[in-house]
Amino acid sequence: MTRTRGTQTLAALAAACVLGAAAQAGEVDHPELVINGETRITVEAPAPDHLKDRLDTIYSGWVFRSKETQALEMDDFDNPAMVFVDKAWEVWNTPDGSEGKSCADCHGAVEESMKGVRAVYPKWNETAGEVRTLAQMVNECRTERMGADAWKYAGGQMAAIKALIGLQSRGMPVNVAIDGPARATWEKGRELYYTRTGQLELSCASWHEQNYDRMIRADHLSQGQINGFPVYRLKNAKLNTAHARFKGCVRDTRAETYKPGSPEFVTLELYVASRGNGLSVETPSVRN
Amino acid sequence: MASAVKPRVKVPKSAAAGDVITIKTLISHKMESGLRKDKQGNPIPRQIINRFTCDFNGQNVIDITLEPAISTNPYIQFSAKVPEAGEFVFKWFDDDGSVYEERKTIAVA
Amino acid sequence: MEFTRRETLAIGAGAAALAVLPIRGMASVDEEIADFTGGAEVVEGGVTLTAPEIAENGNTVPISFDAPGAVAVRIIATGNPSPKVATVNFGPLAGNQSCALRIRLARTQDVLAIAKMADGSFKSAKVAVKVTIGGCGG
Repeated sequence: MTRTRGTQTLAALAAACVLGAAAQAGEVDHPELVINGETRITVEAPAPDHLKDRLDTIYSGWVFRSKETQALEMDDFDNPAMVFVDKAWEVWNTPDGSEGKSCADCHGAVEESMKGVRAVYPKWNETAGEVRTLAQMVNECRTERMGADAWKYAGGQMAAIKALIGLQSRGMPVNVAIDGPARATWEKGRELYYTRTGQLELSCASWHEQNYDRMIRADHLSQGQINGFPVYRLKNAKLNTAHARFKGCVRDTRAETYKPGSPEFVTLELYVASRGNGLSVETPSVRN
Repeated sequence: MASAVKPRVKVPKSAAAGDVITIKTLISHKMESGLRKDKQGNPIPRQIINRFTCDFNGQNVIDITLEPAISTNPYIQFSAKVPEAGEFVFKWFDDDGSVYEERKTIAVA
Repeated sequence: MEFTRRETLAIGAGAAALAVLPIRGMASVDEEIADFTGGAEVVEGGVTLTAPEIAENGNTVPISFDAPGAVAVRIIATGNPSPKVATVNFGPLAGNQSCALRIRLARTQDVLAIAKMADGSFKSAKVAVKVTIGGCGG
């Protein structure tokens, strides 16, 4: 396994590296994740081909959490995210906007129409001529077909409907396409992932590729996978979207951040999602 | 707040007479502690669920006084004896006077 | 309810200050215990209190207790600005005297469970919980 440590790593991160135990490929200890005693979730998988020169094994963020936090995701009733999924279920079936349509009027039962959707997004959209995220598709439906206002990109309503849609793919492998017309977007996202930002001069890779499974003060660093998003965080007791998380990450490097829904974060979402190709969709997950 | 509050309750659909069953409850609620300030520095008034009760066929199972130290979206798990078929009534009491109620019936096999 | 990192730090700092300077209107740990026991002796043991050794986030800490024979149990977070957490009263149809809750802990501290038994005596259990600030999540 190739793990080059960044040469410019800051003192804080360097100290964490010394304190934390270095991870070896396939050597992150973790229990199995089975939800409701029936849905087996792949939380560890061989790295996808495009990542093989950098990582051998990919892990869901779940494996890095404490046993108490892990337990919250093993039963849907214990998972506090489900209260937001319940609300989104009502929203799915409730007409909104000038056309008087609900999601269900066009898409039918969410269990049927949205099965597998979360696993392949973000995805190239031929009509739009660009890569589109699930949130963009939701807002397109709202503004173009329902005559309703767009939801805030990373707001509570959007997070909840994404959790509901994502749940319909839970247990299926993440499988976003990075070839064909999506390739250029994916490459931009990859560039962003490895670009150091902010006063701390840290990239996504500084944390999540070179130093995962190490302790940064009291926090156990994950690989920054997004297969479980939207995620219910104990910290703020609500659903959080990947773009809101990206924003927080960039802010933590003390940089001006891109906005949720910005073209930059769309490219990053595609790239980060592709680093999790092979893990199960885990939506809605629970993290600290 | 009231419109955003949503209770969830998990009770087995049936039990044998005299069984002890596990009940799980979760309600979406901010549980604003009263200890925080807004961006202008003004205290944000306390608004919490201050009491939770569960009764079965008119007899009490559990009655809990909750304080601001209870987490957002309060989760409560406990056990109940089921002497006969009947109905559980769950109540959450909000500081603003609202009472959120949920009912679940259970059959005795 | 959402805490920014800055607010969390402020709350932590506030809690630390409160530990030294009790603010009027907020009862101390001893007062909370006395309020429940009426000053009666509390014997350690006979109650099981389960809490994580290290909480990943103080905002949501899962705890549970089992107090066989209790009629009521009070949970006290000794290091919180307001130590009272919950008082659980068991009715005639309680299946047992156990309960699980998720609670807020302002900092590393002991959590207490004090059980009032049917005969009027009191038993207790204590667990130390280390609380880490924030975390990145994800």
